[in-house]
Amino acid sequence: MHRIGVFVCHCGTNIAATVDVKAVAEEMGRQPNVVFAADYPYMCSEAGQNLVQDTIREQRLTGVVVCSCSPRMHEATFRKAAAKAGLNPYMVEIANIREQCSWIHKDKVSGTEKAMILARAAVAKVQLNAPLTPGTSPVTKRALVIGGGIAGIQTALDIADAGFDVDIVEKQPTIGGKMTQIDKTFPTLDCASCILTPKMVDCAQNEKIHIYAFSEVESVSGFVGNFSVKIRKKARFVDASKCTGCGECVEKCPMKKVPNEFNMGLDNRKAIYIPFAQAVPKVATIDPNYCLMLKNGKCGMCSKVCGANAIDYKQQDEIIEEKYGAIVAATGYNPINIDKFDEFAYHQSPDVITSLELERLMNAAGPSNGTLVRPSYLNKQDDHNAHPKKIVFVQCVGSRSTCSEKGAKEYCSKICCMYTAKHAMLIRDKYPDTEVYVFYIDVRTPGKLFDEFYRRAVEQYGVHYIKGMVGKVAPKADGTLDVQASDLISNEQLHINADLVVLATSIEPDKTARSLATMLTASMDTNDFFTEAHPKLRPVESPTAGVFLSGVCQGPKDIPETVTQAGAAAAKVIGLLAKDKLVGNPCIAHSDELMCNGCSSCEKVCPYGAISYEDKEFRQPDRTVAIRRVASVNPAVCQGCGACTVACPSGAMDLYGFSNNQIMAEVDAICR
Amino acid sequence: MVFSYYPGCTLKSKATELDRYARLSASALGFELEEIENWQCCGGVYPMAKDEIATKLSSIRALNDAKMHGQDLLTLCSACHNVIKQVNNDMQTNEDIRTRANNYLQLDEPYLGETKVVHYLEVLRDTIGFEELKKKVVNPLKGKKIAAYYGCLLLRPGSVLKMDDPENPKIMEDLIKALGATPVVYPMRNECCGGYLSLDDKEAVAKRREKVVQSAAEFGCDCMITACPLCMYNLKKNEDQIPVYYFTELLAEALGVKE
Repeated sequence: MHRIGVFVCHCGTNIAATVDVKAVAEEMGRQPNVVFAADYPYMCSEAGQNLVQDTIREQRLTGVVVCSCSPRMHEATFRKAAAKAGLNPYMVEIANIREQCSWIHKDKVSGTEKAMILARAAVAKVQLNAPLTPGTSPVTKRALVIGGGIAGIQTALDIADAGFDVDIVEKQPTIGGKMTQIDKTFPTLDCASCILTPKMVDCAQNEKIHIYAFSEVESVSGFVGNFSVKIRKKARFVDASKCTGCGECVEKCPMKKVPNEFNMGLDNRKAIYIPFAQAVPKVATIDPNYCLMLKNGKCGMCSKVCGANAIDYKQQDEIIEEKYGAIVAATGYNPINIDKFDEFAYHQSPDVITSLELERLMNAAGPSNGTLVRPSYLNKQDDHNAHPKKIVFVQCVGSRSTCSEKGAKEYCSKICCMYTAKHAMLIRDKYPDTEVYVFYIDVRTPGKLFDEFYRRAVEQYGVHYIKGMVGKVAPKADGTLDVQASDLISNEQLHINADLVVLATSIEPDKTARSLATMLTASMDTNDFFTEAHPKLRPVESPTAGVFLSGVCQGPKDIPETVTQAGAAAAKVIGLLAKDKLVGNPCIAHSDELMCNGCSSCEKVCPYGAISYEDKEFRQPDRTVAIRRVASVNPAVCQGCGACTVACPSGAMDLYGFSNNQIMAEVDAICR
Repeated sequence: MVFSYYPGCTLKSKATELDRYARLSASALGFELEEIENWQCCGGVYPMAKDEIATKLSSIRALNDAKMHGQDLLTLCSACHNVIKQVNNDMQTNEDIRTRANNYLQLDEPYLGETKVVHYLEVLRDTIGFEELKKKVVNPLKGKKIAAYYGCLLLRPGSVLKMDDPENPKIMEDLIKALGATPVVYPMRNECCGGYLSLDDKEAVAKRREKVVQSAAEFGCDCMITACPLCMYNLKKNEDQIPVYYFTELLAEALGVKE
């Protein structure tokens, strides 16, 4: 027979102003098996907790109901208090009479009535509670960071700094990500590579960090603390352990016409290449789509000139398997494809470019060595028309738009307002004879020193900001661009005869993120950004235990925010790896094997991949033995969401702490 | 290959050449245009009012006629094509319009958007194929620089008409190439000609016309082609004296069937 104590909290006037707490306590005292009921001004205070503990001891309570705030707030507090008094912590139930009652009701009579109903339901539930003991599992003290951009680099450095081993998997031949392509950073205008490349070198030199460049994650299995990951090291056709990065092979390679992705296709690279001078690792890679030797067996020039004998035309992809305790997704972003936005004539004129292309055009290591030229004049930079005199920036190309059939995004890409202000300012600073126009929907500049930066572009540098969108960019026969737009403030149609148009294209998560999310059983939103465990309170954790989020893969963000999040993700990983054993949440699903018919309904709905099937022997009523397929829940992976218990057609799945019986008892109590 | 053919009013009055050369070319290319019996005016403009069905009924009757014959419905005039294709899309996707239109029409079997609406240009591209067409050209229009004018109705809304990229189309340029001529790509080719404004604001139309024609002239065209009778009406008397033809006329000429 249970002995239940009910504790009703006033929460100052938070509850007591709308709920007659004394009446609630009295009513609860009359419930079956309730041996004690009292109210107290602040149950979560030390004195309040002492009241709970003393009562547990004196009254030999077997169950406790606290009528107070949301369990998210103080369930843990009261469970701890109960445990101190010798009661299993899972014998405590919370009736939320604050957020779900007093805060949302005005009338004390109905508020009191509802509080009684909620308390009654909790009392009914606690009668069916059973003591639970959380399980434990060991932790592999090694982390995996997927993506080697600034987010991944910062996370890896911070984890390594705490003394844990960490591997970075990067699909490109070098780490560094998008930031390597950026010329200057806002709002300080310092050189992006000057602040990034030292970090890349730190990664390479840190003995706790191992970089798998030109590699991709092939598969992930296991669970928090015990992930097992297969990594595909793609064939570079160069032995990375021998290559010294001298560049002799690149020099001699006769295949010169390969679009250079590092410079956004504005110039060409060789078939064997090192993406840029500060690449880490500084190892050459052969592009098999263009290499004459790999394509038709004729050439072999790089092999002949390589002093280190590193060229290996027969190299194959290699699969490595490694164990990790934690995984960080840092897969970053890409500008969207703007094929369907040709009202801006991107495919009709070379002088319509994206902002990332402009970064390369303004960078000293870019195709024009840092001189701003119209792309149509890249090969005749001395021409007096090469330098653009009138530049139009178009913001929100594909952002904040419902035109999904064009590939547009409803969200704000967040970084474009600031980098456009930066571009405009840099151009006006270096080429004061250039007129610069920026068309915008809104200028969004929240962030430290951000609005000041934008104001400087307008007031100090004389950039023409025009509220309104560009409707069409028409390439004219003389090579200039007729930009047709509306000025919403003066309510006018404008025509600007520009010679360079720069499109601030929306950004989207990298395409590999979707398949990675499937492997990790990490959830994503409709835009393929990884979802966080809680949008405010757990922003760097995925709902899947042991998976953490760093950088733009979780949502658009600039470099300072990315670095902040990267550090936060690292802190969470360190917190996990510092533990020798993980204590699980005992409120997880379990399957009644006798009732399970192996239909797979639960497996299909499980967002965490916690359910698998095994063939088990069962003794039949006629004493024969039959083998049946039954569900089994991995307790280390299950998060106790309960989706499987609802999906299970035979009622075999049930949740510890929230069993079907308990929930029915609550419903009965409410309806009584 | 037999298509149910919806010519529309203008092709029977102002734009008889568009119709005539289309028919001649069709027989030269080996497909048949079977004119729908008792077709009615498409209304000329797709009604934007969400609860409007009366003006959609004539399109639905034509669509249903094609369905009864088990044929695709072929159109030629840009305006008719736009209206009929958009109405068909309503019948496929808009439950409310579908129900009310069928309630009104009381057809033997309700029309649910089964008919496929194709434009003559689409038949040339997708059914005949421009490569095949090229083989059948007997008088290649060598040396001719032709500017294709699309206007608004042929391509938009892109998500419904699905003929080509409304901002950077190429179907008519590909046709011009197949006929042996040189296409002239100019930015105003998908801009509005002024449309029905020619009824009450001739000056506005003149402005639009000169913008479009000047842009084509700037890029060095000898002549322009269009699929739309209203565009033809608005563009043909231009200051640059650039001749404007229906695309079917040049097609017939290249195929050697122009009379």
